[in-house]
Amino acid sequence: MRNFALLLILCGSLFSAGLSWSNDIEIKPDTISETIFHDAINGLSSKSFTKKKEYIQAIATSKDSQALVILQQLLDGNIYFLKKTKTIVIAKLDNKNAVIRNAISGTDLGVIAKKRIKKVGINNKLRRQLKVEIAKLSLDSPNKAVRQQAAEEILKDINKSGLQLFTGRLTIEKDDSIVEIMQTGIALYSFKNGSVDEQLSAVKTLSNSLYPEVKNTLSNGLRSITGNPLSTEKQELKHTLEASIEKIDFKLGWYKQLENIFFGVSLGSVLLLAAVGLAITFGVMGVINMAHGEMLMLGAYTTYIIQQIMPNAIAYSPLIAIPIAFVFTALVGVIIERSIIRHLYGRPLETLLATFGISLILQQAVRTIISPQNRAVATPEWMSGSLQINPALALTYNRLYIILFSIAVLIGLMLLLQKTRFGLQVRAVTQNRTMAKAMGIRTDWIDAYTFGLGSGIAGMAGVALSQLTNVGPNLGQAYIIDSFMVVVFGGVGNLWGTFFGAMTLGIANKYLEPMTGAVIAKVVILVFIILFIQKRPRGMFALKGRSAEN
Amino acid sequence: MKKHSLLSICLLTLSLFSLSAQADDHSDTIKVGVLHSLSGTMAISETTLKDTVLMMIEEQNKAGGLLGKKLEAVVVDPASDWPLFAEKMRELIEVHEVDVIFGCWTSVSRKSVLPVVEELNGLLFYPVQYEGEESSKNVFYTGASPNQQAIPAVDYLMDQGVKRWVLAGTDYVYPRTTNKILESYLKLKGVAAKDIMINYTPFGHSDWQTIVSDIKSFGSTGKKTAVVSTINGDANVPFYKELGNQGLSADNIPVVAFSVGEEELSGIDTTPLVGHLAAWNYFQSAESDTNDTFIETWQSFIGDDSRVTNDPMEATYIGFKMWAEAVSKVDSTEVDKVRPAMYGLSLPNLTGGTAVMNSNHHLSKPVLIGEIQDDGQFEIVWQTEGEVVGDAWTDFLPESAVIVSDWADPAINCGNYNTETKKCSGQNF
Repeated sequence: MRNFALLLILCGSLFSAGLSWSNDIEIKPDTISETIFHDAINGLSSKSFTKKKEYIQAIATSKDSQALVILQQLLDGNIYFLKKTKTIVIAKLDNKNAVIRNAISGTDLGVIAKKRIKKVGINNKLRRQLKVEIAKLSLDSPNKAVRQQAAEEILKDINKSGLQLFTGRLTIEKDDSIVEIMQTGIALYSFKNGSVDEQLSAVKTLSNSLYPEVKNTLSNGLRSITGNPLSTEKQELKHTLEASIEKIDFKLGWYKQLENIFFGVSLGSVLLLAAVGLAITFGVMGVINMAHGEMLMLGAYTTYIIQQIMPNAIAYSPLIAIPIAFVFTALVGVIIERSIIRHLYGRPLETLLATFGISLILQQAVRTIISPQNRAVATPEWMSGSLQINPALALTYNRLYIILFSIAVLIGLMLLLQKTRFGLQVRAVTQNRTMAKAMGIRTDWIDAYTFGLGSGIAGMAGVALSQLTNVGPNLGQAYIIDSFMVVVFGGVGNLWGTFFGAMTLGIANKYLEPMTGAVIAKVVILVFIILFIQKRPRGMFALKGRSAEN
Repeated sequence: MKKHSLLSICLLTLSLFSLSAQADDHSDTIKVGVLHSLSGTMAISETTLKDTVLMMIEEQNKAGGLLGKKLEAVVVDPASDWPLFAEKMRELIEVHEVDVIFGCWTSVSRKSVLPVVEELNGLLFYPVQYEGEESSKNVFYTGASPNQQAIPAVDYLMDQGVKRWVLAGTDYVYPRTTNKILESYLKLKGVAAKDIMINYTPFGHSDWQTIVSDIKSFGSTGKKTAVVSTINGDANVPFYKELGNQGLSADNIPVVAFSVGEEELSGIDTTPLVGHLAAWNYFQSAESDTNDTFIETWQSFIGDDSRVTNDPMEATYIGFKMWAEAVSKVDSTEVDKVRPAMYGLSLPNLTGGTAVMNSNHHLSKPVLIGEIQDDGQFEIVWQTEGEVVGDAWTDFLPESAVIVSDWADPAINCGNYNTETKKCSGQNF
């Protein structure tokens, strides 16, 4: 009975379909693909990821001009559907509401409460699929960077359709680097699927490539050469493969070293930034300033506050924050010096305890006034991502900028101390206080300014650190030990010492870390410094002459 | 000198007043101890839980209190200092005579209060996911044990085709134990030792360049790779930032984290993290009416409608509700009466299912896997069919597999019962 009903329905629908055909003779293939396209889009409201996968495939192969836009929006997470009608929309959300437009027709549907729409969720498998499909569709983009990214994406998992795209584009493509990617892709495909002869010629192209996919494929190829005894052809292939892999490995190892040095220098520059303010207050003035870390923290919070005040200028926020943080923390430094530290000169133990107290007060103040929670500091676009030098070497932008910034700070500080009147006075006061006083220098104000300078530099360093790590009340504690280590190791009272101390520790740490793990590396460094200080109590660059005696 | 003596007299009178006030209060309130760090490193996470307990107490009092009495919170600050936790616990039970304590976050703080709470026969509700291998008579564990978080997460990733594993963690007891369990579980599932990379970093580690670069090369051998992260607290922000900057996206090498929830993400710009995973028993984005009410109550209690909710908050919620129910069931706050009344209690959890307290002092809860979204929330991509029973002692370490915990069965009545030797271990937990 049930089957019969089903049959009836089937016949009916066939009949009506037939009717509609006859009614609408001029139907174009375009319209069919368009309906498929629309159905696929409407299907995205499905809960099942397997279903969505099919729909995405359908959208991608529909050749509709809108396909790329829809896929990109889906990847960016802007595709939603109305909970009631399941209409697929592209939405822009703010706090409570969403501005929506129909995904298919593009018509504006106005503003709607956020609660009434639901996002078309995607998981990592779909994300991967979307990226590949988008890459396939954007291989003819007018933008060179987009094309390159697309080609690299297809290369990652080269298959027949990718091969066809590459061979199709190869003659049209003008850019050399993209042509190279495509040739690599084609060679990779022929190595995977070709005869021994084809493999041999493919290896020749591939042996210059540093893409990890290439090395993997070649190693797998080498492993799969079997047969006893090997035919001469295979013997030759084996030798070529071994030689190519060795060549690639050699290059990779070389770049690995370069990368490691970059890591070391960048860690060193962070240490330098954190320590250079301390090199002034501790190194030049001899104040054991345990609140130094909190100056870093205040600088980082300045960035946060700037971003809160100017939410539309995130891109410039670090640049704006640097001078403001300098002035603010310098002011805090001067206040601390005038109110507490100046009473304690010559009593290091009490200075240590007092500044430790100040550091706790500042931490708790931030907890009470702002929040005990970490704050989100956004990274500007120009500081995220990395500078891709080749497939094996990429330098992250935020680290690059911080290296440059730390060197600029160091040079600026040296010029200030060596070339200005203020610098001369600072050096005079630290070398011989009574004589300086006799010359008419107001030593107590110089003390305050110097302390303010050290604190202000720490504040600027804090701005840089806000781009690397957490902005929270504990930020300072993480850097205070390292800062002291750098200053003591480099040599108290010498900025070059601080520079070399920071770089040595940074690079040594990065070479030890892969061998011993991060925990042991820190221990080894600490033990090394202890031993070093035993041998040379005044650090790497000790001050010489009469002034060093005090 | 005179000034000083005046001051001390003032202080003395004040303290006398407060003492007498306490004595008066004692009879008509039920005291609830809150032992969460409000200062120091852990304040970032624990302050929220203190506020959650206060909110629950306020709600309970609005509904008429408990046993006809009002609830009163006694909040102390152990300041992220592990030995101080034990002292504060003693103070809560002996000086303030609280009837129940909600508290602790890190495992080391829990281990520190354990002897005290057992000696004084107190009642502690511990709301955080942890490494398991413990079941004290005086503690109810409302967070996830490894089989309610780590194991299902690994199962999910295997299902997604992951073949190579990076186990990265902070260097302390929770990650070490969890990774030991995971390593033995992975090997049991046929993963070769060369396909597992284990890495530990210190607390608050901020320079992740080398490690992320190592993960990148470990993951570039063609086999699908995932990172199982037990990296705790502050270190996560620079870790994820470095991942983003070095171009490791979730569809290449997904990271599944056990310590990163909504609260932690509220301190990060999540755009580069989209697609990375977390495994919890609760996400704020779970769709249920109880959850909507909970979020609304929380945001109005805290006076900030951008504050998020997270898994340990749900665990606190379940613990508090169950305790209140057990107390009204036996009409007493006495620990020895409340404890047995807890077993078998069930409560609608915030994600739409039912949480049940088992006789091993662990909950049955659903396990959810969520993907990080650009708004700092999680999209739930997978969840267990039903509730998973919390396992105090893992089945994947040979020395723990033979041990069970059951405080309801009179034949066992032990948190560390060896089924082979049929003996209860000498220690209480």
